[in-house]
Amino acid sequence: MTTNQIAFLALALLALIGGGGVVFSQRPVRAAMCLVLNFLVLAALYFMLGAQMLGISQIMVYAGAIMVLFLFIVMMLRMDREEPHKVWWTSAPVIGTVFGALVLFIFALGIRPVAEMKPGAVDPKFGTPQAIGMEMMTTYAWPFEVASMLLLVGIVASIILAKRRI
Amino acid sequence: MTLAMAPTGIVNDVPIEWFLLLGAMLFALGAVGVVVRRNPVTVFMCIELMLNAVNLTFLTFARYQNGWGLKYENAQQAAMNGQMMVIFVMAVAAAEVAVGLGIIMAIFRARREVDVDDLSTLRN
Repeated sequence: MTTNQIAFLALALLALIGGGGVVFSQRPVRAAMCLVLNFLVLAALYFMLGAQMLGISQIMVYAGAIMVLFLFIVMMLRMDREEPHKVWWTSAPVIGTVFGALVLFIFALGIRPVAEMKPGAVDPKFGTPQAIGMEMMTTYAWPFEVASMLLLVGIVASIILAKRRI
Repeated sequence: MTLAMAPTGIVNDVPIEWFLLLGAMLFALGAVGVVVRRNPVTVFMCIELMLNAVNLTFLTFARYQNGWGLKYENAQQAAMNGQMMVIFVMAVAAAEVAVGLGIIMAIFRARREVDVDDLSTLRN
């Protein structure tokens, strides 16, 4: 067991604690805080994978912008703890266990064929903003424009949704 | 300028299946949350969890491509493709959260309560 593996296991444990907190905590504020923990740990894992630029944008976009939005909504809606589902067949522990085990099983089937893959010899500029910017302005120029249109539509849509009478 | 073959990052002795298993477990957690939770805001958080699990998997495959038998240039392109997918997933997630939370707010203003079991107006 090397240092990297121990570091990975510690980060993975923290990520799973954060994810479990999102799913199992009854109060939305606690769920949001657990989600922040999960995002920060995932940013650390991105750094571990050599993708510095994406790790930083993970912290800025997810842990910064998106979580602020979530906390605003939680604050404005004054949500307290939720009751269990009203429909009798949606007993949460049963449905959750069965569904989660099924999803995990399907993914585990997909992991085995690629288990021999090793880290490739990548360019030293692998995760730098320079490399990503070059790629975005050359190969991915068209998807980049589409994404900007999508964000524009999102801005307009949220302004329209915020009007008093829709 | 010659491209040095020095790998960046410190992943060299962490097996790929650890990363993939972590991604799968986070995705499964998020999927369970989407099914089980009743609060739409928490359901959105679980969707974000799933998107992040997918991002982790994309970056893992961007970094670990030794064994596909790719040539060096193709391997570099594949590595960049994985990272660009993560960028676009982030953009889509941002737009989705803005619109989705706007819809939740609109529902709350109209009905004074948000609960995924009670919101059945669109069902015929």
